[in-house]
Order: sequence, then C-alpha cells, then structure tokens
Amino acid sequence: MRDVAVIGVGCTKFGEHWNRSFRDLFVEAGALALEDAQLSGEKIDAMYVGNMSAGRFIEQEHIGALIADYAGMATRHIPSTRVEAACASGGLAFRQAVIAVASGMEDIVVAAGVEKMTDVEPGASTDALTGAADREWEGFVGATFPGLYAMIATDYMHKYGMTREQLAHVAVKNHYNGARNPIAQFPQEITLQTVLKSTMVAEPLRLFDCSPITDGAAAVIVAPLERAREFTDTPIKVMATAQASDTITLHDRRDISTLDASVAAGQRAFAMAKLTHKDINMVEVHDCFSIAEICAIEDLGFCKKGTAGTLTADGETALGGRIPVNTSGGLKACGHPVGATGIKQVYEIVQQLRNEAGKRQIEGAKIGMTHNVGGTGATVAVHILGRV
Amino acid sequence: MSVARFWRKIPQRYNLIGTKCETCGQHFFPPRTFCPDCRRTGKIVDHKFAGTGTIVTYTVIQTAPDQFASPGPYVLAIIKLDEGPQMTSQIICDPKDAKIGMRVRGVFRKIATDGESGIIHYGTKFVPVE
Repeated sequence: MRDVAVIGVGCTKFGEHWNRSFRDLFVEAGALALEDAQLSGEKIDAMYVGNMSAGRFIEQEHIGALIADYAGMATRHIPSTRVEAACASGGLAFRQAVIAVASGMEDIVVAAGVEKMTDVEPGASTDALTGAADREWEGFVGATFPGLYAMIATDYMHKYGMTREQLAHVAVKNHYNGARNPIAQFPQEITLQTVLKSTMVAEPLRLFDCSPITDGAAAVIVAPLERAREFTDTPIKVMATAQASDTITLHDRRDISTLDASVAAGQRAFAMAKLTHKDINMVEVHDCFSIAEICAIEDLGFCKKGTAGTLTADGETALGGRIPVNTSGGLKACGHPVGATGIKQVYEIVQQLRNEAGKRQIEGAKIGMTHNVGGTGATVAVHILGRV
Repeated sequence: MSVARFWRKIPQRYNLIGTKCETCGQHFFPPRTFCPDCRRTGKIVDHKFAGTGTIVTYTVIQTAPDQFASPGPYVLAIIKLDEGPQMTSQIICDPKDAKIGMRVRGVFRKIATDGESGIIHYGTKFVPVE
C-alpha cells in the first residue's frame, strides 16, 4: 500500500443557501480545493462523492455523474462514484478516495461531500433523515432522530449520573468555536441558559442540543505522498483510515449508550497509525446531538465511560484544553449538510495541521482525528491525519 | 408507504410474531430467517411473543412529525421483551409516569395516519402493567 496525502481542500460556507443550487455548491467546493492544490481539473483521475439523500431533498439521483459533468469532467470520462452511508457518507467517500490512491489504482482523486437540504419543507427533510435509522421498526412507530439520541441520553444519564447542565456545555463550547470559524452556519456564542431554556424536542434533548438543517459542500484532493510536494508545500499525511458497522436499530445494540462501531473504528485507526489517544492534538467528532459528542469522546478512548460530561464542563475539550473537540464548531454550530460533514471534518483538521485555523488554531498541532457517524452508530468512519 | 408494504408485515406488527432458532434457543423480533450465531446450522421457526416486557430507556417526543402529532407529546421507548429481543415502540401513559424498569405489555393500536384521506397505520404499542 502507498502512503496517501491530502494536497488540497475547499469548503463552501455552511447555511441556508436559498439562492444557490446543489450544483452551485459542489462546483464551488471543488474549485476551491483545486485552487488550493494549484491543480487543473485535467489532472483528476477519479471522484468519490458523499451524498445521503439527493433523491429526497432535490429529487435527483445519479449524483456521481452529475457532479463529474458540472465539474467539467464529462468529456474526460473519469470514474465518479456516489457513496452513501447516511450522515457518514462524506467520511466513507474520503476513505474510498484514500483506498483508491493507496492501492495504486489512481493517483489524484477528489473526495467530496454535498447536501442541499432546504429545498424541501422541514417535515420532509426530517422524514428523509429518519431513513438513516430502521424505517420499518423505528421510524414507523414514531422514532425521530432526536428521539433516538434522546433515548441514548436517558440511558446514559441513568447509568452515569451526568447532569443536564454538563450536557449543555457541549453546545456552548461548540458555539464558542463556531463563532471563530468563517464557514460556520451559526457563528454566535451562546450561554448555558440559551440551551436550558430552548424548546424541548425529545426529553431530555432541547433545540440547542440538536444540529441544524444545512446546505453545503466540501471537497478534498488526495494523492500519493511521494508526489504530494509537486502540488503543495504542506502535504497532510493520511495516517489511518478505518470504518466499522453495527446493527441498524438502536434497540439491538449491546449497550444503548456505547457506539460499538465508534469503539471498533477508533481502535483500528489507532492500530493502523501506531498511535494512542495521547498523540492526538484535536478531534472532530460527530455531534449531531450533544449526547453524541459525549459518547464519541469516550468511545474513541479519550476518557473513561461516564466521565465525558465532567471533562466537557471542566473545559478540557475546549480550545486550549487537554483534548480540543470540534474546533470547527462541530455539527451543532458549523452546521450539518449530512453528506458533506465527513469531508468538512477533514477540511478542519487539515486547516489546523497547516496552521491556518485563525482564531481557533491549536498551537503546535501535529496530529488530528475525524469521527463521522451514520444513523445512531450503524456506520462509523475514523481518520487520523498528520503533518509531514 | 404502499399497501403491500403494510400487508406483508401484518403478522409481525399486529400480533408480535417473530422467530426463534431451535438450535441455540435465541428469539428474534422482528423475525430473522437466518440465525446470526448458528448461521447455516440454525433451524428457524415462528414464535408468537407473550408481549410482556420492561422499559430499557425512553424519551418524550415533544416535537412530533405530522403523522404522529395527534394527540400531542408521546412516550417513545426501547422495550426488552421477556423472551430477550428489544424493540422500539410507544408507551401509552402519562409522560410523567414513564421510567426505566417499568413493566409493560403490548396492545394493538393506531400508530399514525397519512393525512386525512390516507391509509391508517396500525401496530403494537405498549401500556403499563398494573
């Protein structure tokens, strides 16, 4: 296997882009990534595109070909493949691009993610997202996504005694970081009271525990590490790529508040990179709901089960803490265009490792991690990236 | 959802009929036709569940999708059936009374409606055991 490096990254602003289309968004992200790598489109050998549900959101399938076409690749006939794993679609698209280059099959490959969620009314987008769980045996009986994660939160708080205030610290911290990120959908700082007084969605989760509906696209370009310096002075090495699966339903899990797929993917990634959690300078985790960040920090091994609430309330996951989590603002404040999120996580870590993260820069960042979840944990992708 | 998609699930949704593996004794709900442990040596037969179980975890859905919106907030729970499998369903009770460990039993109820003139979805909800 060849070593692989990220040589270029691009991302649109995340938000409600009423005046922009699905095509506009991914073309912008792709162009930004090409510009960053000082590369022309003719050098691209293949594309992988993470997208969860264009069929439901814009009534368009066949996204791989559409994107290649509008990226100006139709006459070059390069392979372009859509990758779908609900909210982990982006993470899996990145992993497929890395595997394609590592195998020697391709050299310069684009991994992109895109979702246009605001072209349908909120009820329809929520229903589309419910397809990430088991439609027949969860969605059918009235399980919503906030409802499923709320049941994780109930189980977790019952077992470990985490308080409602500790959980609210996740959102406060992520909004603080998002306020320092130019692409964030909600770059506003909030207080504990903002979270605790917001509308109840599914007890104990309130509106400010939930990630928003977002339009956005992100793209990164990977190449063999040995060729990376042809394109950039700051190549970022992909030190590990890992993926794991679990039962599609939450109720069939071994333990309701442990995502065993996160545990498995995390362990595989650390083994592949020959690193431990102590080597990681910052991690982007999948905080689709505040409780998801709590579980992720523990399942990836950054602290013992049951202690992430205290760790968060003590500021250890904030900028400047022992292990900064979601420096981008996470899904909560940066936004969550589902198919793009896994790629945006890589975008954020690459910015940190290149020392380009501005007001949210982690000093001396050398190694970072991404953690992207599909559904309630039926798919997890974990990547470790490092400076060379 | 299409009529056929409802129709073929009637035994499971209306009567809690799942399967069990006679080789290892494990019960499955919803039914599996392949035992994940015994694999090809498994012998799968139908099993009608007693319908009694215990709440593992729950939430109160306050912001409900339109098809479930009436009559307001509802309790959603994961129930561990006495035979072993866990399933997700609604608990018909005062939201303040729901708690982990509560004993419940399955009942046949309306689940949702596809608008005013659409199909009515039926299935199993649970009520507290007195």
